[in-house]
Amino acid sequence: MSFWKRVFPTLLLMLVAGSALAAGGDLGAVKKAEVNIPAIIMFLVFVAATLGITYWAAQRTKTAKDFYAAGGGITGFQNGLAIAGDYMSAASFLGISGLVFLNGYDGVIFSVGWLVGWPIIMFLIAEQLRNLGKYTYADVVSYRFERVPMRTLAATAALIVVVLYLIGQMVGAGKLIQVLFGLDYTYAVIIVGVLIIMYVTFGGMLATTWVQIIKAGLLLFGATIIAFGALYLASDGSMSPERLFAKAVEARKGDISIMGPGKLVNDPIEAISLGLALMFGTAGLPHILMRFFTVGNAIEARKSVFYATGWIGYFYILTFLMGFGAIVLLTGHPEFADPSAIGGIKGGQNMAAVNLAAAVGGNLLLGFISAVAFATILAVVSGLTLAGASAISHDLYANVFAHGNVDEQQEVRVSKIATVVLGIIAILLGIAFEKQNIAYLVALTFSVAASANFPILLMSIYYGKMTTRGALIGGWLGLISATVLVIVGPTVWKEILQLGDPLFGYKYPAFISMTIAFLGIWIGSMLDGSERAKREHEAFEAQDIRCQTGIGAEGASSH
Amino acid sequence: MQQDMVHKIKSNPKYHELVSKRSKFAWTMSVVMLVIYYAFILTIAFNKQFMATPLSSGSVTTIGIPIGIGVIISAFILTGIYIQRANAVFDKLNREIKEEVL
Repeated sequence: MSFWKRVFPTLLLMLVAGSALAAGGDLGAVKKAEVNIPAIIMFLVFVAATLGITYWAAQRTKTAKDFYAAGGGITGFQNGLAIAGDYMSAASFLGISGLVFLNGYDGVIFSVGWLVGWPIIMFLIAEQLRNLGKYTYADVVSYRFERVPMRTLAATAALIVVVLYLIGQMVGAGKLIQVLFGLDYTYAVIIVGVLIIMYVTFGGMLATTWVQIIKAGLLLFGATIIAFGALYLASDGSMSPERLFAKAVEARKGDISIMGPGKLVNDPIEAISLGLALMFGTAGLPHILMRFFTVGNAIEARKSVFYATGWIGYFYILTFLMGFGAIVLLTGHPEFADPSAIGGIKGGQNMAAVNLAAAVGGNLLLGFISAVAFATILAVVSGLTLAGASAISHDLYANVFAHGNVDEQQEVRVSKIATVVLGIIAILLGIAFEKQNIAYLVALTFSVAASANFPILLMSIYYGKMTTRGALIGGWLGLISATVLVIVGPTVWKEILQLGDPLFGYKYPAFISMTIAFLGIWIGSMLDGSERAKREHEAFEAQDIRCQTGIGAEGASSH
Repeated sequence: MQQDMVHKIKSNPKYHELVSKRSKFAWTMSVVMLVIYYAFILTIAFNKQFMATPLSSGSVTTIGIPIGIGVIISAFILTGIYIQRANAVFDKLNREIKEEVL
């Protein structure tokens, strides 16, 4: 510990000095914004506060349970906020409000899809997960099955989802910070990487949780001010949504089509498939599932989904208001205009919410929301990194390579090393993908999560006749088919690789890859007549009793 | 879990009551959420015109807006209903089971 105590303040100093230097030293480049002083001050305050929390959390993070699950001592309310903080990424904050700004009503389709997965998680997964698992969802899917192959499958699927999600976040972070703070892309990506390595290695899940809680509070606060401020200004002080919509249509020169669904969903099969991926993908995100082990019991796990659904739903309604507010308050105002960018505003459509902050509250609100956007990325990336590190240390190292015979302190050490490695990989991926088109990542991430992680998790909880062989066949087939179908689909095959007509016509392959996964599990289990399969059938009874009653479940740690 | 404990819980009628009540309720609620969501997204796929109908003559606000926000609010309400019933019924049964077998 004393080593960290010495290193910590030094790293902190280097970081603050480094970010100030990087911000100040590089003013001339194109496309970057001017240095926004309030934004940098507020961001530094946030960083200092979260590093303070990390220091506090480091004193309390001693055992593996502390590191992975914050000792199991987070309350349902806190965890609900932390889940919201983990889930409301910069992509949903900036992306959805930008989509509404550009296309109006269509933006709502994404928010609705991303929200309706939460009740399903509550009804079918949250309590069961808490009762059966310890630190990762792989604990649940290997509960009564053969440890090595099941952990390998679960950890691989988890790592793929984490890395795909990380790429999107890192590239988004770099670009966003470039626009908001006038900081060089590479510096921005490095700062994000270094900060999350510090949060996670020193403070583990406890620090990650509080970073997410603070970020959720700041984001909800900031979004509320922008959304209602925009509603007030855009409706001439009447706060009437009808007036806001009328003025939005007026700003678009009478184009009433923004008030109804447009081109996003045309084909019913695409609609169903998009819905499946958004809805069930959420229930297969390892960093989200991991949050359920931080609470004391199944009742708190359930409560956390209730609060999370409320906060996330409220937030999506705000993004809708922000999008329409941006149409009214940004269109035709030369100070926000940039005819060369998408949507005709500075920074493109994804900067609608940020420009709107300036329109509603001037430079101060702009600075605040910029700092919040940065905080948002840090919180989401820390959650992802911790989930990835746990898959490496708890699933692959401790359970696959060491067969469960591993000293707890050694496991935590491996986890910290894995965090540093993942942080560095995240930085490198962020730099490597700077100029790449990453539009396919959302489809890919959510399709893999819905087609590999979710089916094996759901079936291991509910399908007593599932066997290791069935789970492996279904899980791997789901993972491979989702990946291959995205690659030969319209986004990657046609738009990115430019290989002509796609071999597979749908952007979201979940309706096929999920079917393949479930059929694979079912048929593979049915045809499995091995001795092992018989043992696994018999073990379901005890698993189901623990799952239903919580008897024998992991408790919270004593301190 | 010990085999005799498994046996004890399995022969407890309250355990069967808990399992059947909860799974019936949980799956029903899941189906309700799926039906609400797919009704929404399939209406968008098949009948955009309906979603773009003005709420009243002369208004700009369309039917699609309260419907979209309604789906978001329904998700929250469904989780609330589940919590209510879980607190009142399932937790009580579970406590009684634990008192009897532990």
